[in-house]
Amino acid sequence: MPRILAAAFSLLILLACALPVNAQGLEIPITRGTEAAIPIAIVPFAWEAAAMQDETTIDQVVRADLNRTGQFRSPPREQITELPARGAEIRYPFWKANKQDYVLIGRVQSTDTGFRVEFELHSVIQNRVMLSEAIAVLPGDFRRASHEIADRVYEKILNVRGAFSTRIAYVTATRLGGPGKYEYSIRVADWDGFNPIRVVSHSEPFLSPTWSPDGKSLAYVSFERESGPAIFMHDLATTSRRLVTSFKGINGAPVFSADGRTLALTLSRSGNPEIYRLDLASNNLTQLTRHFSIDTEAAWGPGGNSILFTSDRAGKPQIYSMPAGGGTPERVTSVGEYNSRVNVSYDGKLLAMVHGNRNVYRIAVLDRQRGGAGTVRMISPGPMDESPSFAPNASMILYAAREGNRGVLYAAPADGSVRYRLAIPDGDIREPSWGPFKAR
Amino acid sequence: MNTPIRVLVLALAIGGLAACKKEVVKPMDSTDAPPRDDTAQVTPADDSGAYTTGSLDMVPCLVSRVVYFDLDQSSVKSEAMEMVRCHGKYLSQFPGARVALEGHADERGSREYNLGLGERRANAVRDLLLANGGRSEQINVVSYGEERPICTESDDSCWSQNRRAEIRYTAKQ
Repeated sequence: MPRILAAAFSLLILLACALPVNAQGLEIPITRGTEAAIPIAIVPFAWEAAAMQDETTIDQVVRADLNRTGQFRSPPREQITELPARGAEIRYPFWKANKQDYVLIGRVQSTDTGFRVEFELHSVIQNRVMLSEAIAVLPGDFRRASHEIADRVYEKILNVRGAFSTRIAYVTATRLGGPGKYEYSIRVADWDGFNPIRVVSHSEPFLSPTWSPDGKSLAYVSFERESGPAIFMHDLATTSRRLVTSFKGINGAPVFSADGRTLALTLSRSGNPEIYRLDLASNNLTQLTRHFSIDTEAAWGPGGNSILFTSDRAGKPQIYSMPAGGGTPERVTSVGEYNSRVNVSYDGKLLAMVHGNRNVYRIAVLDRQRGGAGTVRMISPGPMDESPSFAPNASMILYAAREGNRGVLYAAPADGSVRYRLAIPDGDIREPSWGPFKAR
Repeated sequence: MNTPIRVLVLALAIGGLAACKKEVVKPMDSTDAPPRDDTAQVTPADDSGAYTTGSLDMVPCLVSRVVYFDLDQSSVKSEAMEMVRCHGKYLSQFPGARVALEGHADERGSREYNLGLGERRANAVRDLLLANGGRSEQINVVSYGEERPICTESDDSCWSQNRRAEIRYTAKQ
């Protein structure tokens, strides 16, 4: 029986390969650090439904999700030779002999409205089932279901909420006919780059899309107005949008506070870029920095008590921190000649930033968990990497890179042990921003 | 195409755009015009030393509309001073003239910080225009940061063309 199933699955793999692929993902494993990753076997889910099998293969999506965090090490599908579909079919000694700590199995069945996917997570070490659940899936919705399963497995094993069902926003530039003619768009997609949706397009550039904490809106910078850059807030469900600021000069780098009521942003209406906070209900504006240098790229510290930002008050751009109500900034970065665009993990323990050294710009992670000035780790190779953005559980950092003449997006865990180029169709992509968890 | 000529063609192209409703830039200008470094020798177009609106398309230091900057710098280099002075003088002579000063940065580093750098460069040109007779209501500064590169290769020659401030006339008189 297993052999027949294996043959059937090989056929399905062939069929899957024959389907048109419009988006090329790329996995870049890096040997460093992966020894600590948790071994988990993900068995192809048994297709027990009457309808023809969906092109999305659940185990492939779950495996990719887990492996891309660098925290798991799941062997490729070809190496899975035993194919249990139910708990009773699992032979723990077999998986133990194959050095797996966990086994995920599942099956897909028909329902009146679509499908039901049952899945079980087993601990090989403890010889027991840890998780046994079922989720309803509508036809064509198998990727979403797969990400949900990956979230459940991630949380069950690591006790940290999974972020595979979250979405990302980014900016694309598409060259049109005629020199210097582009169409710029802000798009929203699944975390891995699938299912992209266009939010807004214009012939002038967009910058710095950023998510409201409820995931319902984006704020961004648009150059569509003759007078210069302006900040807009865009409701994703209704597509209505609101002009937030359009002062003389720069209106840039918006970022929501955790309660969604305040935007930290950059305005140069006083003559040079300064950090402000804007109360969205009252439109009350408070200036937080006062210095003749460039102060920009604000990020909220943990608990919303501090604001970190880029400033070149010491000559070159470095990261500073100040109380969220304003006050004397303290320098945060001490390593390197160029540090900018800081992004803070949800717990405040990790800072991701652009780190420049001569002509090489990489994503650096400053780890402050052990106190002091912290330790700095490079998680990307450069040479033109920018815009780091943490997943809401800090499992990965999304960033933009240049390959040839186009921008691409990568996701990498904070230890830099692996790297994944997002499967987004050709185009020049930049300014990624990782969205929040869905409310639960 | 070597850099000075490319710079001139660019400047002429921009000049030509500003002038497109009235006159067409003669093709000979793009080949026979002297290189940028010679602009300092050029004198105003008539005997009284005053510009006419036609000077914008004729006088080389007014035809030049792009100021280039060194890496991480926002000070106007000496070779661009004379050109900026010419535009200041033109603005003082035509109070109705308006310019947009567009500041730009190269692609290196983060985009929002580069927006600040582009603005700093445009402001440096604005200050020189003001010191040479321009008035603040004639000048509108807009920074595009690294969003509107002239050239998209990742190398020094390309970056040096992108670190610039462009003077764009929105009204000639």
